This record gives sequence, structure tokens and C-alpha cells, in this order.
Amino acid sequence: MIAYIVRRLLQSLLVLMVVGLVAFAMFRFVGDPVESMLGQERTATDVERLREALGLDRSFAVQYWRFLQNAVQGDFGISYRQGRPVAEILLERAPATLELAAVSGALAIGFGILLGILTAIRRDGWGASLVMAASLIGVSLPTFLIGILLIYLFSVELGWLPSFGRGDTVRLGFWTTGFLTESGLKALILPAITLGLYQMTLIMRLVRSEMMEVLRQDYIRFARARGLPERTINFRHALKNTLVPVITVTGLQLGAIIAFAIITETVFQWPGVGLLFINAVQFVDIPVMGAYLMLVAVMFVAINLAVDLLYVAIDPRLRTK
Amino acid sequence: MIDTRPEDATPGAQDIGAPDAPRETSAEALAGPRGRLGRAWDSDLAWSFRHSPTALISAGLVLLLVLGAVLAPWVAPHDPFDPGTLNLLNGFTPPLEPNAFTGDTFLLGTDDQGRDVFSTILYGMRVSLFVGVSAVALAMLIGIALGLVAGYAGGVLDAVIMRIADVQLTFPAILVAMLIFGLAKGIIPVQFRDQVAIWVLILAIGLSDWVQFARVVRSATMVERGKEYVQAAQLIGRSGGAIMLRHILPNVLSPVLVIATISLALAIIAEATLSFLGVGAPPTQPSLGTLIRIGQGYLFSGEWWILAFPALTLLVLALAVNLLGDWLRDALNPRLR
Amino acid sequence: MPTTHRKAAAIGLTALLLAGTAIPAGAETLRWARAGDALTLDPHAQNENPTVTLSHQIMEPLVIRDQNAEIVPALATEWAVSDDDPNVWIFKLREGVKFHDGADFTASDAKFSLDRARGPNSNFKELLASIKEVRAPDDLTLEIETDGPNPIMPANLTNLFMMDQQWAEANNATEVQDYAAGEDTFAAKNANGTGPYKLVSREPDVRTVLEVNEDYWGKDEYPLEVTRIEYTPIQNAATRVAALLSGEVDFIQDVPVQDLGRVGQTAGLEVRSRPQNRSIFFGLQSGAEDIASDNIDGRNPLASKEVRQAMNLAINRDAIRQVVMRDQSVPSGVIAPPLVNGWTEELDKLPEGTIEDARALMEQAGYGDGFSIRLDCPNDRYVNDEAICQAVVGMMAQIGIDVNLDAKPKAQYFPLITSGNGETDFYMVGWGVPTFDSEYIFNFLVHSRDGDYGSWNATGFSDPELDAKIESLASNTDIEARDAAIREIWDRVQDEVLYLPLHNQVLNWGLKDSVVAEVDPEDAPKFKTFRLN
Repeated sequence: MIAYIVRRLLQSLLVLMVVGLVAFAMFRFVGDPVESMLGQERTATDVERLREALGLDRSFAVQYWRFLQNAVQGDFGISYRQGRPVAEILLERAPATLELAAVSGALAIGFGILLGILTAIRRDGWGASLVMAASLIGVSLPTFLIGILLIYLFSVELGWLPSFGRGDTVRLGFWTTGFLTESGLKALILPAITLGLYQMTLIMRLVRSEMMEVLRQDYIRFARARGLPERTINFRHALKNTLVPVITVTGLQLGAIIAFAIITETVFQWPGVGLLFINAVQFVDIPVMGAYLMLVAVMFVAINLAVDLLYVAIDPRLRTK
Repeated sequence: MIDTRPEDATPGAQDIGAPDAPRETSAEALAGPRGRLGRAWDSDLAWSFRHSPTALISAGLVLLLVLGAVLAPWVAPHDPFDPGTLNLLNGFTPPLEPNAFTGDTFLLGTDDQGRDVFSTILYGMRVSLFVGVSAVALAMLIGIALGLVAGYAGGVLDAVIMRIADVQLTFPAILVAMLIFGLAKGIIPVQFRDQVAIWVLILAIGLSDWVQFARVVRSATMVERGKEYVQAAQLIGRSGGAIMLRHILPNVLSPVLVIATISLALAIIAEATLSFLGVGAPPTQPSLGTLIRIGQGYLFSGEWWILAFPALTLLVLALAVNLLGDWLRDALNPRLR
Repeated sequence: MPTTHRKAAAIGLTALLLAGTAIPAGAETLRWARAGDALTLDPHAQNENPTVTLSHQIMEPLVIRDQNAEIVPALATEWAVSDDDPNVWIFKLREGVKFHDGADFTASDAKFSLDRARGPNSNFKELLASIKEVRAPDDLTLEIETDGPNPIMPANLTNLFMMDQQWAEANNATEVQDYAAGEDTFAAKNANGTGPYKLVSREPDVRTVLEVNEDYWGKDEYPLEVTRIEYTPIQNAATRVAALLSGEVDFIQDVPVQDLGRVGQTAGLEVRSRPQNRSIFFGLQSGAEDIASDNIDGRNPLASKEVRQAMNLAINRDAIRQVVMRDQSVPSGVIAPPLVNGWTEELDKLPEGTIEDARALMEQAGYGDGFSIRLDCPNDRYVNDEAICQAVVGMMAQIGIDVNLDAKPKAQYFPLITSGNGETDFYMVGWGVPTFDSEYIFNFLVHSRDGDYGSWNATGFSDPELDAKIESLASNTDIEARDAAIREIWDRVQDEVLYLPLHNQVLNWGLKDSVVAEVDPEDAPKFKTFRLN
């Protein structure tokens, strides 16, 4: 058991190293930061001086090693774009993304499970078919288009909801929250729907198929034979047994939500880490890109690891291995 | 040890790293009892197909769109990829209205460059489908090969392959694609970039998508490996490769087929999304996604046709493919019938 | 003691309440959005429009350009070349000006600021390169000595902001932030200027809030009706327009040309336009023996003047204006905008000839069957840059030139031009002229690539005689002779068809119609001049 955990931990570390290498390698090729950092009037000496100051004149291996060394200490360097420590910027931007991810995650899970159950129970009803068809539309259009269409409808035409930003935020320590103001809550609605729609569809379809599997199991038939009310069977017995895979998938989708936030944040000018990343790509802000990718990697690896360990805890059969 | 249920074929399941689901695999139930891809299986599927209006309609739509894309050079009134034939003054002509300068009329109007929208959609669909199908084919090829090897050989090989899959899963598809795109742009000499842009897209989407194939094939292979017919083949001295290809592969194909269908829809959408982030097909050879990116700039200005028709085409295409995938999954899983 | 505390609290509370009543919420707030944010608050660290524009609200230069691009007094009231020494400019400073923290603005602050901006980290040092020494003989006099007569010195100072020496010293900000090396300084996040607005809060790329400076020296001269500014960058064009259409912002500085109609027709909104001081044109690698991106071996088709003339004729500037730019451009025949000294109507005449003439020229040059070449283009820098390039691909196809378009973000695009390694043969450039003088264009775009000269000249063109003529402009004080030299250089540039001019951009501001403002010729709105109805 302990050996298993240690092995998984080491593997995770290796994964992170590889991700770091790949991410780092990419940044060497996406463009020359020096060009975007110096203005129209600049001289060859300026360029040389800057390359030296940034360490861009060193060898690839040296640069990578330095990157890893500093990254372990939480030092991702200074953003070329903002001239501030990357860690500080990430910390400042993280609340926006995490709040957005939490709300869209909650929407996706709540509606996903509810609709999944309903469509499984009434699998042949027209309502269920309608929901299933509508959910497919959600995954048949690119996210950015859904976001822009929502803005067009609810901000421009109807004027109900804001089209950009977080509204007013309240500062609680280092955390800024949009949950405590009306404009902050309103500003969350459209981006959260845009971001959560895809995951909702996914969870709904997963719950539906799991439910349909479970509902044909023997113990459900026995429960029916015993005359238990349908509601009890559906929600107590059947749902409980579908939840394990749903929780797994949902946990992993949380990471996906944060990654997909790149697009939603770009469309809605949501001041989170995704927008920061896209800005960084356009500006060739290498330290920010590196830190962001490492952050995403750490998150995914951590979730993966947690899920693995959870399984070991749940399933005794795996422990003997 | 690790089973991946065919439910992973749900849209978007490529991001799911559901490991070690401690339940009996339904891939076994799915692939096992039928044995080979036989005639009975075929007619079973055919029967289901004939009796599903959803399947019939979506298959019809897919066929229509694919035909339109394949026959574009003969069907389309103009060749939008030939810049010499374009007249900029035809730009922004509304559908079925004569252009103010040239007097030309277009069925679905023209875009910002004076390209006929109808023709551009047909040609754009060619690009989108080509990228989608090639990317899925690439993902399948890698996924099946690695899945078979991992599942059949087990041991260290299995562990290494699955760790690589973990690394892959660590990054969401979009980031992987952006990464590969950035890398390729740096490595490939600038004068070849235009020609290879499409191939880079295929590589990017394909490489970000192979894991789910590998996982499904691997778990199905592990189940099949224990079956008597495989043991029999081993006894008469068949090589590992032959057993994998001739005996195991046909039996794990049905879940692969389901995933492939839904992956196709996802790959087409992924291409569109990448195009929004500025790493898609070049605007001189636009895909549906590039057309939507261009069109979204004209949403407020009243030139709705530049966005609406490509978006509608993408919606219908992806929806039809998704529905077909849905039907296929249900049809191939006897327990859900 | 407790009494004092309570008293202090009471005063504080009253002040708070008063502050609350002094600025009625929302009434005079202007919510302003544009695509990008300022990069820093250090006024000498970055010479680029969004940064300079934000600085203009908080800080002031000695002299400033008004709505007609004329140089008018700001912190200096008079200026002239010294009668005793032609190498010395004397500036008389405004009396009674105070920084936001209450300190007086004096000549020593001005000297400090100019010296600071001449430092190695400064992004403005090229503009001040001719300065030998800055002196402050008394509190209200500033002398700038140059290494030779410099007739256009005031034009170089219009974006050069004055800082408070004491404040900078107290906050360890006497050196310009080394922006490029990622240095983080106090001055990059805080500002203490003399300007009409004070910084209230700032989150880079998210939101910056400014409030009116009640003690502004010019409050009787300028309307100063906007009392609070909320500045939000919104990158996505569709989202930015949506924010204006839905009334979430009052002013967007960059309305996409296709949305001008919609914005103009929306009740309560208005579009204001004006030609910008920026030319858009194409560069051609004409100097190299052979080029990489064509399909002709051993020769450079662009070295042929006929080919360049043919390409110049093939560009249908009117079609681009009508369709791609929706009339928001002024087609041009020279790479200088009309506001620039040296521009003439004669120079700006569009090339005359038909597409047949162009084909004949290609034939004449021996390229009757055409050739293929790559066009490099930015896709996030100029108005509709990528769409223009796409249109040009079609136009070149008409004369048999098969163009491959490679469009990319500016960070990846500009190195192709500036690296000097011949990485591009056919490329798009937009050039703004902050000094409003042709010399600036020649130095960067016409002079051979040599040291600090010609750093944006990727044409491979080089003529030592012309270079000498360009260099002589800097210290030529005889205005007439200087203008004649400029004219000669332009004639040569035009005769060589060194560049293919396209058009001058038009600036389009989208505003609530309750906001009365004129478009700034340099696209740097000065909110103190805005009126509210």
C-alpha cells in the first residue's frame, strides 16, 4: 500500500518534469519576447542587452534547469508583460477563475445529475428525447460561439446581463470575490453557463447511461417486486450506485473546466488565469505561460493521484496487489 | 486491473482519466458474447439502423454533407480557394440580393473577401472533415496499437504506455493542440508553414485524442486475452502480433467505432475552437471553424449570413455525427436495447 | 486622549461623507474601454500608445499637442531657442503647479525628469539623444543644450512626462523601471503627477480608476467635467462592442469598422472619426540578389523596378477602402500621412494605370508568367490587417503573382522585419509619426540598416548618398533648405517604388452621445477636454 503510494508519487513527479520540459521547449519557439518588449524605437544594443538580462543567450539545458530549480521554489520569474512576479499575478487572478469554475461546476453537476436521472427514468418520453437532443446541440457548437451568442441575446438585445468582466468585487484578505455583490453575481451567470454547458451535457449523459445500467440490475428488480415506491428506488437505490463513476468523472472534469476557461474568459473578458494565459501567448510572456501550464499540470496530476488513492481506499481488491 | 467502460464514449470523455473502475467491464459484455464480427452481427445492426428514425435521418444528413464536401469542386459555383477569381467588390453581398457594384447575386451571400458563402462552406467543410477524419484516424492508429500492446503484453510495457497516457491526460486537448502548434511553427521553416498548417492541426488534434482509444482497447484486450479462443491460438503457436490483429482486434472494434464517431464530432469542434484562438486553418484556405471565427466579427453589424450559414452547417454536421454515435453505442450494447 | 481619537474619527467620518457627497455616484463617471491596457505607470519605461494615453491623464509633459496636432503649452508656458546659443532651448515653466501629493513643480523636477528619461532603461532616450545637458538656472526656467542645433526639440517632448523629484527619491524610483528585464518598481504601480486626474486604484489588465484632481492648475482652462474614469481593457472586439451597445461602458476607443453602422444607429450612441497619423503600406525586399520565398531561382523578381511598379498598380486601393475598410481609410500614394511635414498632395497622388498596364510591366520585366512569393502580415496590429492582406493576395493574382499569406500575432510578426536577416520579402507595416516630421520616417524606413538607423528597413535598399542626406536633416536649421532636402528624398523614394503605399487609417471612437469629445489626432484622449451633457 505504502509502496504503491510512493510509486504513484514518483510517477507524478516524473510526469510534472516531462510537462515542464515540453512546456518549456514550446516557449522557445513561439516567438521572441524581446521584440514585443521593446518599442518602435530601439537599437541593436538594446536587443543584445535585453537578451542577456533575460538569460536568453544561454543554452537550452541551462535555461531549463534554471526554470525547474526556480519553479520548485514557487518562483516563476517576472512577467515580461506586467513586470511583476508571476506567482503574485497568478495569485491575484486565481480567485476569478476558481469562482467561475466552482459555479459552472456546480451548475454542471446539479443540472447534469438531475437531467440525467430524468432522462434515464423516462427514456422513451418525448421530454427526455428533447433534453437529449438539446444537450447534443450544446456539444455541437464551439464554446466561443455559444458565449458570443449569449452576449448578443442577453446583453445587447435584452440588456439583462453584463457582457464582460466580474462586476464589483469584495476583497477578503488576498481573495477577491464576486459572490457578495449583485453586479458580481449577475456577471457570473453568462460565463458560468457558457463554461458549464459542455460539462453538464457530459455528466447528464453519463448519469443517464449509468442509471439505465443500474435500473436493469437484479436488486432493482427485487426492489420493484417488493413494491417499494418508484421514487425510493430511483433516488435511493439506483442513484447511489451510479454515483461512484460520476464522482470520478466530475473530479477530473473540474480540471478540464479550468483549462476550458481559457476560451470563456477570452470571450467575456473575465479577469482570470485563462485570460492571463492567452495574453501571455500573444505577448510571448514566457514565464507566465510556463507557470500556467505547470499549474494546470499540478492540478491534473493531483486530482489523478487523489482519485487513484481513493480507489485503493474503496476497493479492497486493489490493496492486495 | 484498469477497466475503462465504454461509457467513456460519451462526448468529451477523452478528458476522463477514470482509472481502475472497480466494476465489471461492459466492454466484455459488449464484445464478448458475439465473438466475431459476423454476418449475424451485421444484420443485427442493420435491423436496428432501419428501425431508428434518428439513425436514418442523421446518416442521411452526414451523407449529404460529406457528398457536398467531396464533390465541392463540381458542386460549388466558385472556387473560393483561388484568389485570382475573387472580386473584392463583391464583399458583404446579402443572400439572393444583387451586389451594389457588380450586380452579381449569391445564394447565401458573400463574406468579407467577396467569396461566395455557399462555395466557401462546401470547401470549408472539406477542410474540416479532412482534418477531423485524419485526426481521428491518427488517434485511432496510435491508440489501438498502444492499447493492444499494453493489454496483451502487460507488465513493464503496459506500465510505460499507461504512464505516457497519464502525461497526455494531464493536459487538456486544447492546450496540447496549442503546444504542438507552437512547437511546429517554431521548427518548420517559415516558407513551408502555409502548406503544413493543416497537417499540424491534424497532428495536434490526433495526438491529444489517442488516450481514450488506447484505454478502451487495452481493457478489452485484457479481457479477450483470457478467453479460450486466444489461448487456443497461442497453443497452436500463433505469434503475438497475429493474435492481436487477427483475433483480438476484431472483437474490440465495436467500442472503438463508437468512440471514433463521437471523436469525429469533437475533432471538428476542436478545430473550430483552435481557430478562434488563432491557431486554426489559414484564412485563405478556411475551414468551417475559420469561417465562424471570421463571421462572429459581423454578428452586430447585420451581416448575419457570414456567421449563420457556416455555424448552422457545423451544428448540423456535428449533431448528426453525434446522434449517429449515440445510436451506434446503443445498438452495439445489447443490454440497453 | 480618547477625546482626540473620537474627534479624529468624527472628522474622518465627516470627510468621508463629504467626499461621498462631493462626487455624486455615477453622474460624471466615464467608463472607458479599449483593446489593450497600459503596460506600466512609469512614464519613461514604455513608449506605446495605451501606456502614454493613461499617463496623459495623470501626468503632463512640458508641451503638448492639441486637437489640431499643434504644439501648445502644458507645464511650460513659453519656449524658444536661446538668442545667445543656437544649441540651447529655453523653456519658461508654469507658475503655481502642484503635484498630486502637494509638492511644487519646479525646474529641478523638470531637469530630473528629462535626465531620468535619458537614462539607459528609458524607452524615450532616442528622442532625447541630441541632448548634451539639461540645466535649471532658476525655479521656473529650464535650459536644454543639444550637441548641435535641434529645430524640432519641442516635438520630441510632447509625450515626455514630468515627475516629482522628491517623490521619486523617497520611493527609490529615480531610475527608469527596467521594464524589459522585468524590474518591478514603485513608480510602475504608483503615480504622482501634476495632471488633471489622480490614480485611485489599478489592477493591470482588469481595471484602473482615476478621480479628478481638484487642485488642477488648468481647471479654469479646461472643462474637466468628467470627474471619475473607470478604464477596462476588453480584448475581444465583439465583447467590446457589446459592452458599448448594452450601455456598460460609455466610450470605446477602437470600434471595429464593420460595427460603426450599428453603433451609430443605436439610440444614445455616436461614432466620431478622424484620419489617424499612421500610414499602412507594404515593404518589398528589392535589394537582395535572390530571395527565399519566391519560386524563381537565382534572381530576385522584386529587384526589378517594373515588377514593383506593376504590384503598386495592381493594388486596388479604392476596393479595399470600400469593402474591407468601409470607407474608414484614406488611400495614399506615399508612406507619409498628411499631417507630416514634407507631405504634399503631389506625392500622395495614387499611381495611375490599369491592370493591363500592370500586366504589361510584368511582361516587360520578363515575368509575364508571374511568380510566387510569400506575404507576411500581422493579424492583431492594424485595422483589419489580415483581411487587407487577404484582399491583396487576390489582387496580386490578377497580374500572375501567386501569393502565400502568412498572418501571425505581432509579437511573432515584427521580428521578421526587424531581425535584418531577410526573413521576409513582402510584408505589411504601419508607421505612426509622433514627431510629425518626415525625418522620423526616413531614419527608420529609408536609411540603410546601419546601427541606430534603418532598423525597420527590410527592403535591402541602400544608397550612401541618400543616407548622408537623411543624416544631415537632424541639424539643419535652415527650414527652407531642410524642406528641400526632404522633398528630394521623397522623390527618390517614390521613383524607386521602395514601398507600396496603401492608405492612412481612420480613428473611430464610439461614445455615448452625452459625451462631447473630439477625436485626438494621436489617439490619446485627454479626458480633461471632454464635456458631458
